[in-house]
Amino acid sequence: MPLLVDIEKSFGDFCLKVAFEAGRGTLALLGASGCGKSMTLRCIAGIIRPDQGRIVLDGVTLFDSERHIDLPPQERRCGLMFQNYALFPQMTVEQNLLAGARRTPRAERREKVKGMLGLFGLGELRGHYPDQLSGGQQQRVALARMLISAPRLLMLDEPFSALDSHLRFRMEQEVRRVTGAFDGPVLLVSHDRDEVFRMADRIAVVQDGEIDVIGDRHKVFRAPGTRAAAVLTGCKNISSIRRLPGGRALAEDWGVELSLPGPERDDVHFVGIRMHEVRPGDSGENAFVCRVVEVIENSFSFTVMLRPLEAAGENTPIGWELTKETWEGLRAEVVTVSLPPQALLQLTD
Amino acid sequence: MDLYPLYNSLRIAGISTLIIFFVGIGAAYYIARAPRWIKGVLDVVLTLPLVLPPTVVGYLLLRVLGPRRVLGAWFFSAFGLRLTMTWWSAIFATTVVIFPLMYRTARGAFEAFDETLAWSAKTLGLSDTYIFWRVRIPYCRPGILAGTVLAFARALGEYGATSMIAGYTPGRTATISTTVYQLWRTNDDALAFKWVLVNMAISFVVLLAVNMLEQKNRNGKGKNAATRRH
Repeated sequence: MPLLVDIEKSFGDFCLKVAFEAGRGTLALLGASGCGKSMTLRCIAGIIRPDQGRIVLDGVTLFDSERHIDLPPQERRCGLMFQNYALFPQMTVEQNLLAGARRTPRAERREKVKGMLGLFGLGELRGHYPDQLSGGQQQRVALARMLISAPRLLMLDEPFSALDSHLRFRMEQEVRRVTGAFDGPVLLVSHDRDEVFRMADRIAVVQDGEIDVIGDRHKVFRAPGTRAAAVLTGCKNISSIRRLPGGRALAEDWGVELSLPGPERDDVHFVGIRMHEVRPGDSGENAFVCRVVEVIENSFSFTVMLRPLEAAGENTPIGWELTKETWEGLRAEVVTVSLPPQALLQLTD
Repeated sequence: MDLYPLYNSLRIAGISTLIIFFVGIGAAYYIARAPRWIKGVLDVVLTLPLVLPPTVVGYLLLRVLGPRRVLGAWFFSAFGLRLTMTWWSAIFATTVVIFPLMYRTARGAFEAFDETLAWSAKTLGLSDTYIFWRVRIPYCRPGILAGTVLAFARALGEYGATSMIAGYTPGRTATISTTVYQLWRTNDDALAFKWVLVNMAISFVVLLAVNMLEQKNRNGKGKNAATRRH
């Protein structure tokens, strides 16, 4: 694999301890803010020095605490685009790109900058200063400036968080065009699961400074494996469970008995179900008659909060997301729903 | 009207501002990145001349540079140079007095610098020297310029420490401020008033320049729009 990372870094009482490999294609680090995903990128770029470990890119050792190797950021050829794009405010668009092109021989710089300006549709903006540009234009300049520095690795730190939502979708397409054509590993840091799913081939879920789960994006969303990964991939219904005989379990937060699919696993302590996987009607297994506690209208769907009638006491309601048409046809105080066993996520701590 | 005091004041202020420009920026740059406690101690020591009475600064300078003191005596024996009572002796006084002005404004500018600019520049392969002169200094330019102008203005008006270390010799160590005092003392009110007007005119222009620079700092291309949002 072109990129190998295995580092540790303590920061007060926070401890970062990540190990992963990445080849061509996009690997997303998904995690809540403060989980250490941005710090990981900065360690790779050489801005933060890890306490120990090893970073190798394309066979070149960038950092190795045992062999006392610590290349300066200038020699690592790791492109890093910051959340705020970090364009040099006193330079025009063209000067920003020229600054990025300083690894290119002097004679070829102008030509290369011209090509890059054309590629990103920035030709007419070449004389503008960063604060005269829109957020999307600033991002394009930042991308162009990073690419022109001929990096072997691209790293994007929350690339869309500074953009208005209507711009995000369009810029996502542009960035996908860049990352898709890039011949090397791409690391993307984000806390937005949808963005991550659209942008990445593989996903690493980062929790409290460690990688919880790493794998193909479909696999990570289908079977997150851990409670943290389920939460970060957007699963809102999660309950702790207690094993009962006969392959059944008591979902303690919901106050109902469930039958779980597959062989019994001792390490599974939680069960989860995505809100849109809850099915109306009695489909056999795990069907419950529920009282409707609350109905929340979203822009294009309804979220209905349900409390099973058989549950005693104050239990956490189960969220059910369904289309507007379905709910409007249904509208009831009491409904029957099923939690299909194959849709139940079995989760470890 | 003999214009020597004007000429002497301008050259003293000019030379000391030039010295303090580099020393102040250097000190500000390193102290802005120093650990907290070092920063705290150095900050107090380096700001002291700003709050001490100029006569105290003058006294301390004479304790070191006076003809029978350590440095003064050594200089005289080594180079045959007296460090006091010459026109350039005043440079010692003004330099010490204006240092905190330059240092503090430059440090404020450096601390407001968005460090992600330097990090991003490094990942692009730009050298530390390039980053300092082409990214950091331009970003901090309005603050640094304001500090320089303010330091120059203060140097021009320095009286207390200057009169102690350089004295008042017409045509040799006389500056505008010492001349005004001398003329007032000898009841030459008309000439004293002329020098007062000269001094006020210069100060007015200088402060106007500072204000215009600060205005530019607020409205102009001082900050990156994307940076401002965070």
